[in-house]
Amino acid sequence: MRHIISVILEDEAGALSRVAGLFTQRGFNIESLTVAQTNDPTLSRMTIVSSGSERVLEQIVKQLNKLIEVVKVSDLTSQDHVERELMLAKISSTMKEGVDLKELVEIFGCKVVDVKDKIYTIEVSGKTKKINAFLDAIEPSNIIEISRTGVTGISRGKKLI
Amino acid sequence: MELNGAEILIDCLQKEGVDHVFGYPGGAVLHIYDAIEAQDKITHVLVRHEQGAAHGADGYARASGKPGVVLVTSGPGITNAVTGIATAHMDSIPMVVISGQVPSPLIGMDAFQEVDATGITRSCVKHNFLVRDISEIASTVKKAFHIATTGRPGPVVIDIPKDITIEKMEQEEYPESIEIRSYKPTTKPSNRQIRKAAELILKSKKPIIYAGGGCVIGNASEKLREFTRMLEFPITQTLMGLGAYPMTDKQSLGMLGMHGTYEANMAMHGSDCVVAIGARFDDRITGNLEKFCPTAKFIHIDIDPSQISKNVVADIPIVGQTKQVLKALIDELEDKNYENISKWWKQIEDWRKVDSLAYSKSPGVIKPQSVIEALYEVTEGKAIVTSDVGQHQMWAAQYYPFDEPRQWINSGGLGTMGFGLPAAMGAKLAMPEKDIACVTGEGSIQMMLQELSTMLQYDTPVKIINLNNGYLGMVRQWQEFFYEKRYAMSYMDALPDFIKLSESYGHMGIKIEKEEDLKPALIEAFSQKDRTVFLDILTDPSENVFPMIPAGGAHCDMLLAGRDEMVSKDETDFNAV
Repeated sequence: MRHIISVILEDEAGALSRVAGLFTQRGFNIESLTVAQTNDPTLSRMTIVSSGSERVLEQIVKQLNKLIEVVKVSDLTSQDHVERELMLAKISSTMKEGVDLKELVEIFGCKVVDVKDKIYTIEVSGKTKKINAFLDAIEPSNIIEISRTGVTGISRGKKLI
Repeated sequence: MELNGAEILIDCLQKEGVDHVFGYPGGAVLHIYDAIEAQDKITHVLVRHEQGAAHGADGYARASGKPGVVLVTSGPGITNAVTGIATAHMDSIPMVVISGQVPSPLIGMDAFQEVDATGITRSCVKHNFLVRDISEIASTVKKAFHIATTGRPGPVVIDIPKDITIEKMEQEEYPESIEIRSYKPTTKPSNRQIRKAAELILKSKKPIIYAGGGCVIGNASEKLREFTRMLEFPITQTLMGLGAYPMTDKQSLGMLGMHGTYEANMAMHGSDCVVAIGARFDDRITGNLEKFCPTAKFIHIDIDPSQISKNVVADIPIVGQTKQVLKALIDELEDKNYENISKWWKQIEDWRKVDSLAYSKSPGVIKPQSVIEALYEVTEGKAIVTSDVGQHQMWAAQYYPFDEPRQWINSGGLGTMGFGLPAAMGAKLAMPEKDIACVTGEGSIQMMLQELSTMLQYDTPVKIINLNNGYLGMVRQWQEFFYEKRYAMSYMDALPDFIKLSESYGHMGIKIEKEEDLKPALIEAFSQKDRTVFLDILTDPSENVFPMIPAGGAHCDMLLAGRDEMVSKDETDFNAV
């Protein structure tokens, strides 16, 4: 099962490699990982998407907690939460018949943020599923290049990590 | 007063109460060595190889309970120490390793003797630091000792670039304590879990206590004795836990697991309630997980939450220090009515009668088991015994019943050959009044032989019991059983003359080829109070370690000595008791 794990950790050199190293060292699966500073500049927040059985997940959370620099770990999947991912996709403007790029942009509620050399750069944000659906709607040969951030997530309402 | 970084570092170590540092100098740590030379509170032990430094500090830590301290240079200095650091990490030994690093401006430039020390050690330390500024030295040392010695202990590496040891600053007060907001190990158990555990214990008809290294490291031996005696439960101990409970006591069933006793393994297999204390259900303990303790409920006590339900799902997990948890359980269970378990004990006594450690003597050859028995007799069971890794390690664990914690020092988790000799040296420095025996084999001893030189220089007399069978015995045993006797590379040809070798290092050597010479030689060796004696004992090359649970087997599938077929006890009616 897919899980979104939020990790608050000290914003220190080496902390990221410790987390990444832990996943390879223990053979845990990692689908995406995002990290940036929080509103407290001494802390970073990391969002990891992983999959595995409940027991594997339990181990992931415990092993993350064991890292000295980790302040808090929470499995967002089990809570009411919001999740988003952002993608920048470069799409060729010489699209084949059938699909109108502008129409797609409208349907998916995304934005054209740049155009150069007859190539559009589109910004898509939303749940992973939505981003995948957008890509599915475009002929693969028209997709020049994409860059995705991976999932970030946060719990809803008063509840904090 | 203005001090340079090296002087600040040494001052911090003194304030941490460090009395021995095991190390080896080199370019990146020359300023630190200069500061060591200028003081006399800390004794520096100059090893002959950095792996020996880490094992030496490890042996010192295991024998004394205090953190071991290592000092090595950059590059090969720290990489050589890695095996020793990993050994300490697997066995949860408190250790602080200080490694020199190339000067800060050269980091990342592939400078002479540069390696990414924090990167290389990351997966085999509890934590590591790269010091970036002289002002961080004191707080980093404080944090390192705090992390190494609290919670589940482990090694911590501090990597210090050379320029930081040269720079000067006004000396600041060394912090007395330190708060790390992201590191607060649980020590006291939850009352609710204690009550639940007590309930299960009171109901159990076939209980067993399974005690591991956490009882030794957590100094819980006294509480473990009180707990076990109060409940009158049978107790088995892991390789790492031996001595936490006296093994000569009638409630002790000896060691469990792959080479455990028949009674210990059968009792685990038949139990309805396993109380695991500071043990981690290692694969050498459980064998086939699917067939492990089929009827038991598990109470799992450990300070490290990640150990709980890792291999075996715990019915009642209790996170806390073994000592504190046992105290809470004793308080909860005192004056309660326990189930009568006399039927269970009767069954256990029947299993005990199988006498699974019996072995047959044959004239003309020295059986390795009899060497350990003679060692036990001559040292009256009071020596600190270190070991290397292999058959001799198992025989030492089986035939030297340890009655005290910290008496048995071996590399259980990582299984590091070469550990025994430097660990014996470290143990002797920690416990100078104790007799120290290093049980080893001709394979293992050659991995750290050079430390014989250190042992002369620092006057650490130990007795080396070399069970010399000319084979990498445990490898040979597996090849005999599972590779149709194809003995690939397990035979050691061209062995050195260990007597001349030890004499060339300034020690005494005795070769023993006949059974009748064994005891007199041991007596002679241990009467040499201030000399290291190398006893090269030629033992039966065909001897195997029994009992044995072959890979994939359950605790009830044991191979016993002198029996051709596996003793499968599936027919035993566990429900009858």
